[in-house]
Amino acid sequence: MTGEVSPLRVYLLHAAIILALFALNFMLPPYHHGLMARIMVLAVFAMGYNMLFGYAGLLSLGHAMFFAAGMYGTGLAITHFGTGVPAAFACGIVAGAVLAFAIGLLALRTSGVAFMIVTMMFSQVFYLAILYFAAWTGGDQGMVLQQAARVATLGPLVLDLSHPVGRYMAALALFAIALFATLITVRSRWGRVLVAIRENEERTRMLGYDTFANKLAVTVLSGTIAAAAGSAFALLFGYVGANFAAVQYSILPLLWVLLGGAATTLGPLVGTVVMYYVTDTASSYTSAWLLIVGVVLIALVLFFPKGILGTLRERWAGWLP
Amino acid sequence: MTPLLETRGLKRHFGGLKAVDGVDFTLMPGEIRAVIGPNGAGKTTFVSLVCGRITPSAGTIVFQGRDITNLPAHRRVRQGIAYTFQITSVFPNLSVYDNVALPVQRTLTDGRSQKALREGAIEALQRTGLADRAGVPAGQLAYGHQRLLEVAMGLALRPRLLILDEPTQGLSDGEIEDFVRLVQEVASEATVLLIEHNMPLVMRLAHCITVLDAGRILAEGTPDEIRENVAVQQAYLGTITGEAAA
Repeated sequence: MTGEVSPLRVYLLHAAIILALFALNFMLPPYHHGLMARIMVLAVFAMGYNMLFGYAGLLSLGHAMFFAAGMYGTGLAITHFGTGVPAAFACGIVAGAVLAFAIGLLALRTSGVAFMIVTMMFSQVFYLAILYFAAWTGGDQGMVLQQAARVATLGPLVLDLSHPVGRYMAALALFAIALFATLITVRSRWGRVLVAIRENEERTRMLGYDTFANKLAVTVLSGTIAAAAGSAFALLFGYVGANFAAVQYSILPLLWVLLGGAATTLGPLVGTVVMYYVTDTASSYTSAWLLIVGVVLIALVLFFPKGILGTLRERWAGWLP
Repeated sequence: MTPLLETRGLKRHFGGLKAVDGVDFTLMPGEIRAVIGPNGAGKTTFVSLVCGRITPSAGTIVFQGRDITNLPAHRRVRQGIAYTFQITSVFPNLSVYDNVALPVQRTLTDGRSQKALREGAIEALQRTGLADRAGVPAGQLAYGHQRLLEVAMGLALRPRLLILDEPTQGLSDGEIEDFVRLVQEVASEATVLLIEHNMPLVMRLAHCITVLDAGRILAEGTPDEIRENVAVQQAYLGTITGEAAA
């Protein structure tokens, strides 16, 4: 964040991560291949959350509504209007951006604990609205997107998002875009202003920054990235469900980000991967897998309060963005 | 010549407490003005009203001929009013460089040039003697250097009016000497409004002194006039010189 570190090493590291994920496409056995595609999409959700929470310091407990806005924007467009994949994806993103703008206008009038409660409350309203308008949304049954509706055609290019490789590559493309968008944002002057708001909002205001406008802008960006993840999730896995709007999907991105390291560009990916595999491994041994997940989380908070990459940056690699 | 800053009937009441109670204040461009007064006289409240951190109960504030009474704080900063905090308020986890880059990047009009940002930040650090500490997290600076960084951030805004709220509190004598030179240098391009308890410093630096007491202006004049003013001596200076002698 000093703007003085040579950017080359940083960009090389991020490019290497993308290349490694690309290589995994050819190496992973089918089960892990599918899991990794899912993890990449959810890591995008976590990256959106990290923009708001990690960098701008705003703890939202309602990000499930932005994820679900993207998911339902896309699902409703396909189910009721029969749109193609690109238009449905755009609908999801616009739905998330508009919702984030409206919620931001209201919720950013509060701060701290009140902000957490207000965002959580709006998210619950969104969840209950999905259940209430069951005639459109399918209620708690959700909506299944047929395979035929999930083939993207862009000119001569045809991409079947229900095919494992097509799905993996689409997830990787979205992940790469979100990762570099995050990286560029946090290294920019605006990124410096966001961190300044997190560190000392009153001082930032007295340096002439409109802190409300900046917080609103980052809320919209964060909500839009979360919506892109939600939309991609619907398109890649063919299911739109109300459980993705429930409170646990507001808590999960917070856990992933805390685990991987808040305010690190790669923390959301690391956190999502670790959490997914801990859950997966634990549940293959015991039905009390939530207990194991809980113990792991407590251990991490006790010994790595800044998350995995946050600790790494603090002790050994200060150049990590 | 139009005044840089003018307040008319400025009031701020906190419940029954009249922290600022009808202040008519005029500041000409290029001045170094000190605001003094006993603890609780309303000095910090008064400058907080000027910079917009709190809103007045009544009265108007005019800056460069423009009514800014209802302008939010960040817009006043853009008009050229910079405020440095009484309680050091830097960004402790950001580097010293980032601390000054924030005000510099906001004032850059071209908005893009990396070079201009770097030069502006380094210049502000050099003026305050902090250039060799640019990479250090601000929270790890010694207290006196944090006070200087606070001033550097104010300078980096290139203000027309620089408000310094007890800037020398907690500084050593050597640091105060550096600070006096800095303020005199700043005064060549900006007007300085200084709240200060250190009387010898005020007498040396200020062109004009405003004495506040119980939210009102008790006296106003040159350092010599204030020194001779009987009302001021009774209300304020008597106790201070007594303390200084003790």
